[in-house]
Amino acid sequence: MALTLWIVFTLSFFLMRAVPGGPFDEERQLSPEQQANIEARYHLDDPLEKQYVDHLWRAVRFDLGECYKLQDYTVNEVIAEGFPVSASLGILALMFALSLGLTAGTISALYRGSVWDVAVMAIATVGIAVPNFVLASLSIILFVFILDWLPAGGWGSIQQLILPALCLGAPFAAYIARLTRTGMLEVLSQDYIRTARAKGLRERRVVMRHALRGALLPVVSYLGPATAGILTGSLVLEKIFFLPGMGTHFIDAATHLDYTLAMGMVLVYTALLYTMNLVVDVSYAIIDPRVKLD
Amino acid sequence: MQSPHQTTTPELERYASLLDEARQIKGTSLGKDAWRRLRRNRVAMLSLLFLGTLLIVAALTPLWPLQSPIEQHLSLGETFQPPTLASTQLGLIGLEGDEYDQRFGELFHKRSFFDHWLVHARLAIFGDWCVGSWCGTDGLGRDVLARLVWGARVSLTVGVVATLVSLVIGVSYGATSGYLGGRMDNLMMRAVDVMYSIPFIFVVIFLLTILNEDSIRLQMRDWGINQIMVFYLLIGAIYWLTMARVVRGQVISLKNEQFVEAARTIGASRTAIIFRHLVPNLLSIVIVYLTLTIPSVMLFEAFLSFLGLGVTPPDVSWGLLANDGIEVITPVQIYWWLVLFPGLALASTLFALNFLGDGLRDALDPRMKNR
Repeated sequence: MALTLWIVFTLSFFLMRAVPGGPFDEERQLSPEQQANIEARYHLDDPLEKQYVDHLWRAVRFDLGECYKLQDYTVNEVIAEGFPVSASLGILALMFALSLGLTAGTISALYRGSVWDVAVMAIATVGIAVPNFVLASLSIILFVFILDWLPAGGWGSIQQLILPALCLGAPFAAYIARLTRTGMLEVLSQDYIRTARAKGLRERRVVMRHALRGALLPVVSYLGPATAGILTGSLVLEKIFFLPGMGTHFIDAATHLDYTLAMGMVLVYTALLYTMNLVVDVSYAIIDPRVKLD
Repeated sequence: MQSPHQTTTPELERYASLLDEARQIKGTSLGKDAWRRLRRNRVAMLSLLFLGTLLIVAALTPLWPLQSPIEQHLSLGETFQPPTLASTQLGLIGLEGDEYDQRFGELFHKRSFFDHWLVHARLAIFGDWCVGSWCGTDGLGRDVLARLVWGARVSLTVGVVATLVSLVIGVSYGATSGYLGGRMDNLMMRAVDVMYSIPFIFVVIFLLTILNEDSIRLQMRDWGINQIMVFYLLIGAIYWLTMARVVRGQVISLKNEQFVEAARTIGASRTAIIFRHLVPNLLSIVIVYLTLTIPSVMLFEAFLSFLGLGVTPPDVSWGLLANDGIEVITPVQIYWWLVLFPGLALASTLFALNFLGDGLRDALDPRMKNR
């Protein structure tokens, strides 16, 4: 993890410095004194190696520096502001994707070939192909303007999070449903399920306790990529639904050439993704006793 | 003493008859076999048909009797018009020389020689007649249908070109790593592992903003690199990881086969073995991953264009169109056609690509053979 972060850090740091124009020489010509002042404030007048070491040392202590564009904000403050929004959106979306996907997949596998199965799989296929911003805009038109059930955007109440979370989670729910169905079908034909049934266990218990656990494995390993996808998707959905999360800040930082902020966020996203992958690996070992952690 | 000639004559005949027999047996190649199985898969064939049509439509865009994708009609009755069937006129017939060029610029912006030729053909076939705004018009009075078809060009090109870039990188990297094996393989694959855990979309956005900086843009224009090329390369450069892994796995299982041994015996160089003997054998697996990479690349392009970081006007892409539609969602008036049609175009294409990819995987999977 440290290695990955360091690579990302170094890469973005030198890219940032390699750009001839900085964020400060755009709108109006500054006098040399002002220029010098600004450079001194952001330590841009130090030699490059010193800047790099300083920056790295501060990053190691979780201090990502000051924003270039948002006056009087440090990168940490911006992230602290955006993180709760994005985290609740992401967690809600993931929970939704998991619960819906698992249920739909299990039902579809148990009643294989029935109308339910066909319907669930058809919806799932559509769900995978429709990009989430298309889904989001159509559902805004439908649920907000035509049916008037939910608010269109903003941040503050749980209702405002429902629609974005649904749209964010939908493609993943569809994918999880497909994975669960395949896994479930495979597991249900195995000997130990027959044994469990032969013991006289109720069907419910056979499915919930014995079969689902086996079918869960591909789903769990999918959670890593799913998290990455949710992080990516949140960029777009936060923009559509006007949520003041990390994604919105990141896009702003990127379009306004706020390099420190953008770089800090890339680092945070990398760390997040890495942590999630680690969690997935660990939970894999918990669910499947055959997997040993080294 | 018998002459050697006498003993070999019957042998020769036997060989000849054996050869004859062998010639009569018709082998099926993997390609033929796969094609036969693919043809039985109705959904995949339908997807193939759809994609083929789309490709032709997009490649020959200026030939179709469409309105201009960029000409604006700002008077009151012309913006945000719902879909209609009434046809309109292009206003290009009867113009000569500079007038023609100017009008052409207004209608289509700068275009290549091929496109000019297509426009000529279109004028010869359809004249000034244009189909109506079947998909409505947007906030600047531009025809959405025309924009969709022109956008198909950009979106599909991004998909294909970026995927090819990723293909070249992925296959060379994976094949090299797999063939070399040992410590080198280990090192190269660890590098891939590290790159897997980098959230590339953020890095790419970061890179794109840096590249969008004015001075850099000018510098690159001097070098003859335009924005969209960088875009292709960047997207291609991040989608090769999975391809590299898959190819490596396949190469490892192939490299101890006899034909590789044979190539090595006749003194083929390492590069020749990798690229002449191993890579062609990866074709089937590569094709499958290709069809599965194109949709994700297209989606990524739509994403970036949607965020305003991808394709820039006057070019259009489906992502940009969807963004245009979403920006004008208001409770006062619902311009559903601005959202629905770009979304539909994007979704159906991704849909078809996914199905085709699945179908190809089934068709090319040797375990499915003769089933």
